[in-house]
Amino acid sequence: MTVPAELDRRFRDAAAAAGLLDVGFDVVDSPLGPLLVAASDHGLCRISFSADPEEHLDALARRHGRRVLRSRRAVERAERQLAEYFAGGRRGFELDVDTRPLPPFAQRVLAELARVPFGETTTYGALAARVEAPRAARAVGTVMNRNPIPIVLPCHRVVGANGSLTGYAGGLGRKEQLLRLEGVLL
Amino acid sequence: MEAVTAIPPFERFYGEHRDAVLAFLRRRLPRETADDLFQETFLRALRGYERLEHGEHLRAWVLTIAGRLVIDAGRRSRPFANELPELACHDERPAYAQLEHLAAALPPTERAAVVLRYGYDLDYDDIAGALGSSPEAARQAASSGVRRLRGKELT
Repeated sequence: MTVPAELDRRFRDAAAAAGLLDVGFDVVDSPLGPLLVAASDHGLCRISFSADPEEHLDALARRHGRRVLRSRRAVERAERQLAEYFAGGRRGFELDVDTRPLPPFAQRVLAELARVPFGETTTYGALAARVEAPRAARAVGTVMNRNPIPIVLPCHRVVGANGSLTGYAGGLGRKEQLLRLEGVLL
Repeated sequence: MEAVTAIPPFERFYGEHRDAVLAFLRRRLPRETADDLFQETFLRALRGYERLEHGEHLRAWVLTIAGRLVIDAGRRSRPFANELPELACHDERPAYAQLEHLAAALPPTERAAVVLRYGYDLDYDDIAGALGSSPEAARQAASSGVRRLRGKELT
């Protein structure tokens, strides 16, 4: 016997509504392809361009707790804001983010990254200087590469000192697309 | 060190057992009640999931939760139950509660088989599903569990 979709959805919603989840996630459509979006009770904790949930379950459980469940309700706020952003109607996100499982340095860098505004870029070195580690441009690059919440934490706005796009965990094509959306690239 | 079966992320646990839980409930209850209790079963499983210490016999565990809800639903649906005088009873706990206590010392498979068979009145097909074994193996586990309990009683 297969559980009917309606019954399945009702349980998933109820679980999120009751606050029983360590992490709720869902797969959300976007112009960059399907995104896996996950939130803990502290905020958004993962966005991934690899949208197959099976790839993420173990890591999410390890970082946030084993009560990981797919639930649209758990991510609907993030989903709405992402849709507005991609439609060109939103320049910033009003979402808490949960970077608690990351090392302190990465948390500091990502907090600083969050302040880089829509439509502007910065460099790895400048970001390093802003966390008072001016020689740590390379380490900042590593943090960008492992950014658990791309798009919302805008690592696509960080470029090389010579203005080149350098790299993007989701692929350079996506970095270009995001910068074009924000009017940085024509 | 004893190998401990890892507890899967809840999504995987739910995906693996939801169909069996719904089938179990619908065999015993009217469809609407069964569907309500399906949700309740997994909400309870979520509440207990943090406290699980190993990932063994998760099917048996979740069917035990469902079985308890079926028993409670049966009680509620007997309209005059509350008006009947309580019968004097040697042990007033329901069968499953008595058994869980008695069977606590049995090896896990036997314990699960005994509790599901005699505490929840599951048939061996359901128990086999819960234990991931054949109905015949489930019957053997239940009967060797009972033999072990008898042996203990005598010593």
